Amino acid sequence: MLVLENVRKAYIEPSGEPLPILDVERFEIAAGEQVVLRGRSGCGKTTLLNCIAGLTTADSGTIMVNGRDVTKLPEATRDRFRATYIGFVFQTFNLLPAFTALENVMLGMTFTGSKPDAVRAAQLLADVGLGHRLTHKPRALSVGEQQRVAVARALANRPVLLLADEPTANIDPAHQQHVIDLLRSACERENIAMLLVTHSPEVSQQFSRIEELEQVNRAARVA
Amino acid sequence: MSYFKIAWRNMQERALASSLTGLSMALGVALMVLVLVIHEVVVAQLSNDAQGYNFIVAGKGSPYEIVLTTVFHVGKPLYPIPWKYYQKFVDGEFAQFTDLAVPICLGDSYPTEDGQLFRVVGTTPDMFNELSYGADSQGNEKRYEFSSGRNFRQSHFFEAVIGSVAANRTGLKVGDRFQPSHGISVDGDKHDDFEVVGILAPTGTANDRALFVNVEGFLLGERHARAPKPGAKPEPPIVFADAPPGQRAALPFSQREVTSILVRCNPEEMMAPMQIDMGVNKGDDLTAQAVAPVSVVERLQASFLAPMRLILLVLTVMIVIVAGISILVSIYNSMSERSHDIAVMRALGASRNAVMAVILVESILLSILGGLAGLVLGHGVLALASPVVEYYTGVTVRAWSFTWQETLLVPGLVAFAALVGFLPALSAYRTDVAKTLGGAR
Repeated sequence: MLVLENVRKAYIEPSGEPLPILDVERFEIAAGEQVVLRGRSGCGKTTLLNCIAGLTTADSGTIMVNGRDVTKLPEATRDRFRATYIGFVFQTFNLLPAFTALENVMLGMTFTGSKPDAVRAAQLLADVGLGHRLTHKPRALSVGEQQRVAVARALANRPVLLLADEPTANIDPAHQQHVIDLLRSACERENIAMLLVTHSPEVSQQFSRIEELEQVNRAARVA
Repeated sequence: MSYFKIAWRNMQERALASSLTGLSMALGVALMVLVLVIHEVVVAQLSNDAQGYNFIVAGKGSPYEIVLTTVFHVGKPLYPIPWKYYQKFVDGEFAQFTDLAVPICLGDSYPTEDGQLFRVVGTTPDMFNELSYGADSQGNEKRYEFSSGRNFRQSHFFEAVIGSVAANRTGLKVGDRFQPSHGISVDGDKHDDFEVVGILAPTGTANDRALFVNVEGFLLGERHARAPKPGAKPEPPIVFADAPPGQRAALPFSQREVTSILVRCNPEEMMAPMQIDMGVNKGDDLTAQAVAPVSVVERLQASFLAPMRLILLVLTVMIVIVAGISILVSIYNSMSERSHDIAVMRALGASRNAVMAVILVESILLSILGGLAGLVLGHGVLALASPVVEYYTGVTVRAWSFTWQETLLVPGLVAFAALVGFLPALSAYRTDVAKTLGGAR
C-alpha cells in the first residue's frame, strides 16, 4: 500500500552545502498495517511524513501510495490525492479556530472534489465521543477533545493511509491512551494503514511493528 | 464547505478588523452615492425649473444672468426693458408666433424679521394658470397647484400667491398681508402691501422660494414707473371689468417696464422659434435679447456642474481606493497569523489555487458587504436629510431612487476587490506548508 524506494531529500544549508535528511532505500507498509516510527529529534521523521503526504517533494526516488507514485503527480493532482487518500493527525492538532468541531471535520472533506457529508462528519465526532460538541469551536474544547476532533477529521475521507505525527505528545497521559485506541480501532475498522511517529515507549510498545528511523534512513545514520 | 463559507468564517473570526475594514469601504461608497444622487437631483432641478416655455426675452446681458435671475431667482436682476417688448408678443409683430407670453418684473424682495430675504416677482395669473414646470415620470406636464387658496386675479392689483418654502419660512398664510421692499436688500423702502390669496403646492423648483404678486400692483410701486415723456398725449385708462372699488388706476403702458418675458411658442407655427430668435436677436433694435433657457441650463451644467461632479467623483473614487487598500492591508497583515491555518488547509488537500480563492472571496465579500452597507448608508442619509432639504430649498430629494451609475458599483467593487485581494491571495498561494507547520525535519 505504501512503498518508498531510494527516496532522498536534502536541505541546503546557509553555506550553500546540501544537508542530507532522508536516504531511504526501501520502506513499505501493507494495507491496514499499523507501524510505529521512532527516532531522535531531527532525524527526518516529519520530513518523511511530509514527503509521503506530498507536502514536501523528495529530491529523488519513488513514493507509491495506493499504487500511485506521489512524486510524479503534478502539484494540484497531488493535493487532491492527499485530500482523498491520506489522513493526517498533527502533534499540535491544527484545528482551525474559526470553525466549529463539525466544520473542522467537514473541512477535511472539502478538498476532495465531492460534497462534504455532514452526517458522516457528525457520526465521526460521535464515534470519538464528541457528539455533544459539534458546534463548539476549538477554543471551547479541552486539549483532549481537540485531538479527538483532529482524529475524526483525519478519518473523514476514508483514507487508505493515516499519518500521525506524535499525536499524543501534547496531551496528558490520561487521554493519550484514549487517542491511541481511537486511532487503532478506526484504522482496523476501515482497513486504514497507519504510520505513527512517537517518542513514547508506552505508545510504541502497543504496536507489533516498530521501525527505528535511523535504521530506515541512511542519512540519519550518517548524521 | 464552500469557499464562501470558509471566507465568511475567517471574517467572523476577525470580526472587529473585518467590520472596520468594511466600514471604511461603506463610508467611501456612501460618499459616492451622495455625490451621484445629489448631482442627479440638482440636474433634474435645473432642468425642471427651466421648462414650460421656449424663450426668455430680457435686456442685453449675460444669458446666464438672465436665466439665473428669471428662473432661479438669484443674482442681481438685469436692467428692465420697455413694456412694448411684452406687447410685441401679445398683439405685436411676434404675436402670431406666440402661444403665451408672461411678464416677469423683478427687483423687489420680502425680508423677514429673522433676516431671510425672499424675492418678489411681479407677473400675471397666466404664470400659474397656463405654464407648466417639468414633467412627471410618465412624461405628463406638471401643472401648478395650490395647497391653499387660489391664484391671484388680473383685476385685483394687490393680490399675491407665494411658494411653499416661502410660506413655510415666512409664516405667511392665506389672508395675511405683506409689504415688499424695494431692491434686493433688507432695508429697502416699503411698497404697498399685498394680500396672500394662495399658497402654491411644492413644485421642487426655485418658485417655491418666491412671492408672486400681480404685475399691475408691482408696477404701481414706488420707483417702478418710468417718468412720462414731456408733452406726451395722455393714454386711455386701462380698465378691468371686475376691479374692486377704490382700486388705484393701472400704470399707463408707456410708463411700464418689464425685467423679462417668458415666451411659449405657438405650436402651430413650425418656424416660430426661429422667427422669434431671429426677430429679437438679429433685428435692428439691440435693446433686448431672447435666450433659450434649456440650452443655457445645459451649458450651465456642462460648464460648471459636470466638472464639479467629476472632481467630487474623483475624490470619492480615491476614498474608495483608500478603503480598498485598507482591505488589502488588513488581509495582508493577517496573513502571517493565518499562514498556519492556510498551511493546515493545504495539508488537508487544499490546492494553492483553493487557498488563493478563499482569500480573494474574503476580499470580495468585504468589498461587497461594505459597498452594500455604503449604498444603504448613503441613501439613508439622504432619506434623513430629505425633509430638511425640502423645508429649506423646496427641492424634493428622492432618497431611495437609484442612479444608473450605482448599478456599476457591485461589479466594480468585485473587480476592485479581486485586484486588492490579489497580493494577500498570492501570499497564501506561496505558503510553504512544511515550513509553516513546523518540523522541517
